[in-house]
Amino acid sequence: MYRVVERRMIVPNLHEFTVEAPMVTPSVRPGNFIILRPDETGERVPLSVADWDAAAGTVTTIFMQVGASTAKLARLRPGSFVPTYAGPLGKETEIAKFGTVLCVGGCYGIGSIYPVARALREAGNTVYTLLEARSRYLLYWQDKFRAVSERVIEVTRDGTAGYKGHVSRLPEILALEKINPDRVIVNGCTFQMMRTSQVTKPLGLKTIVNMNPIMIDGTGMCGVCRLTVAGKTKFACVDGPDFDGHEVDWEEFLKRRKTYNPEEVHPLRKSGCASHY
Amino acid sequence: MSKKIIPKKIPMPKQEPFERIKNFEEVALGFTPELARQEAARCLSCKTPFCVAGCPVAIDIPGFIKDILAEDFGRGVRRIKETNALPAVCGRVCPQEDQCEKVCVLGKKNEPVAIGRLERFLADWEAASGTIEKPALAPANGKKVAIVGSGPAGITVANDLALLGYGVTIFEALHDAGGVLTYGIPEFRLPKAIVRREVNYVQSLGVNLHLDYIVGKTRTVDSLLQEFDGIFIGAGAGLPWFMEIPGENLCGVYSANEYLTRCNLMKGFRFPAYNTPLKCASRAMVFGGGNVAMDSARTALRLGADEVHIVYRRSRTELPARIEEVENAEEEGVIFDFLTLPVRLIGDEAGWLTEIECLRMELGEPDDSGRRRPVAIKGSEFRMKADAVVCAIGNSPNPLIPMTTPGLTIGKKGNIVANEEDGRTSRERVWAGGDVVTGAATVISAMGAGRKAAKSIHEFLSR
Repeated sequence: MYRVVERRMIVPNLHEFTVEAPMVTPSVRPGNFIILRPDETGERVPLSVADWDAAAGTVTTIFMQVGASTAKLARLRPGSFVPTYAGPLGKETEIAKFGTVLCVGGCYGIGSIYPVARALREAGNTVYTLLEARSRYLLYWQDKFRAVSERVIEVTRDGTAGYKGHVSRLPEILALEKINPDRVIVNGCTFQMMRTSQVTKPLGLKTIVNMNPIMIDGTGMCGVCRLTVAGKTKFACVDGPDFDGHEVDWEEFLKRRKTYNPEEVHPLRKSGCASHY
Repeated sequence: MSKKIIPKKIPMPKQEPFERIKNFEEVALGFTPELARQEAARCLSCKTPFCVAGCPVAIDIPGFIKDILAEDFGRGVRRIKETNALPAVCGRVCPQEDQCEKVCVLGKKNEPVAIGRLERFLADWEAASGTIEKPALAPANGKKVAIVGSGPAGITVANDLALLGYGVTIFEALHDAGGVLTYGIPEFRLPKAIVRREVNYVQSLGVNLHLDYIVGKTRTVDSLLQEFDGIFIGAGAGLPWFMEIPGENLCGVYSANEYLTRCNLMKGFRFPAYNTPLKCASRAMVFGGGNVAMDSARTALRLGADEVHIVYRRSRTELPARIEEVENAEEEGVIFDFLTLPVRLIGDEAGWLTEIECLRMELGEPDDSGRRRPVAIKGSEFRMKADAVVCAIGNSPNPLIPMTTPGLTIGKKGNIVANEEDGRTSRERVWAGGDVVTGAATVISAMGAGRKAAKSIHEFLSR
């Protein structure tokens, strides 16, 4: 059993979740994920690692409440326990001195791109961060990013913070901000990663995405997380989760992610477990 | 002295097919003491017992059969446990027809003695009696051994070394112990309560068990070697193969590992009480002809599929599955499409599987495996409607340990190279056995490899 240190909603529907997992912290790296179960009947849920504290032996993730299993997570209080917390899993994000790197985060990915930005900065890169959300009240961790970036650029759908619109405005934003990145790394929802990859391709900007398919074991055993990259089937859990965004078959990936959409919310309706408090 | 030979095995009571396809309860119900005694009486008590040589862990088979005849069941159990830590599992899932029962002298003209059923009877008798006897443990010798994976190979090594006084720690990647016995083999063939019982028994010998611990990720083999005197890798064959035909990434196409893990480990058959979903297919096609294919097909039936097919490119005689499981599948109404090769999977606009395209095959000359090679008949393409495909065509060893352990020699198929006789690898103090070495094989062969490795570890560490 693994003790929950903190679980709080940081913006509507997104939770910052810190668990004592001292066996994970010595080997965790940016880009890794962990797998947890909220309780004995819950699914195995993969969550990208957003931060960790080696001294305290704790790991922090950001998750969005979507279906039954994340609804269970959203009701955990500090001091309670989860039965499974395994990791780190997946290959780490490649960290090297690339020059100038643009880190793009959205949704839960604002959390998981943070250790990437931090490590890139430590490796001597010039790091810019672009955070995207529907509205200003859905952005978080700007202070943490300011500490590891030259500049934090905000993009909101309704224009309440930074640029109005979507990440598809990226080429224009890069020109206005006079940023000429050697590499773009995106952590966020599938749609954001796909759109970013689409607009960076004509610019010839190397773009790395951190894929988030359905998973069960997370160790290469089941193959449900498979996706097509450069025409070849890959398992996101062991071959990724980072891939070149210009090589991913996005259409197939989006369809596969929807496989269990009806079932994800079914237990919510049946079990009577309402939402979080 | 001659005795009257009963030509056929005493049948073991089973759930009726029409009943059992509606539940996940165990199909075979086991012998009563009277039936066990009748079956035991069929044994010829050969002076040279070939059956013992046919068993990968050399159980004293005539010995325990005599104990059953004498109705000294406790002694029979003790005799099996001298060499086999998992009798309730082996009695259920061993391919006896290829091992002990294959060489049974009685089997030359009649059916062999039902050794597996008798082994299972004794193990279940002990569990029902409520008192599980433990053999004497050697005093602790202060040496520590790490075991990677809690499947049949790992459990066997843990058992053997714990008895010899070693401090044993098992590291299991998943949240429940048992390896393929837990995530792969379905409840109706091997109830998870039995696996739990066997794991509890090994823990009762003082073996530590760390769940959620992925060796190769959480911690490397090299890091473990700093703390432990020796390491046994029994991480299994966890990387599923697909057919590599068009359409395999359509929704509704599963590896057998995914399908069975959803059902067995995650208890998807009890969705939504358990939250991991498993779709109920209407027409499920299972590719392959081994035990895993039979398990997948019978799982699909129990989940409520209208029609389940086994699509196999060779003929019935070449099926690698246990005969008993093939018969069970046939009784339950699984349709066998022999000499059929899937070549393409077809889906709709939303990315869901709708049909499979196959070719008819005929058998040609024998290939390297000695089985007749299936050859496609030109122009024989045909289609079948399908909303689920389960690929049960095999697995390679999991890559996480090979990827993260420098100096460990890896074979062509990603397997860890280890000596057959003692399980030693290219790395000092590292042994390996079971499917991670051989590729997907049987529970008992993994246990046999574990037994040899345990002996070698003991010899090395007591030098």
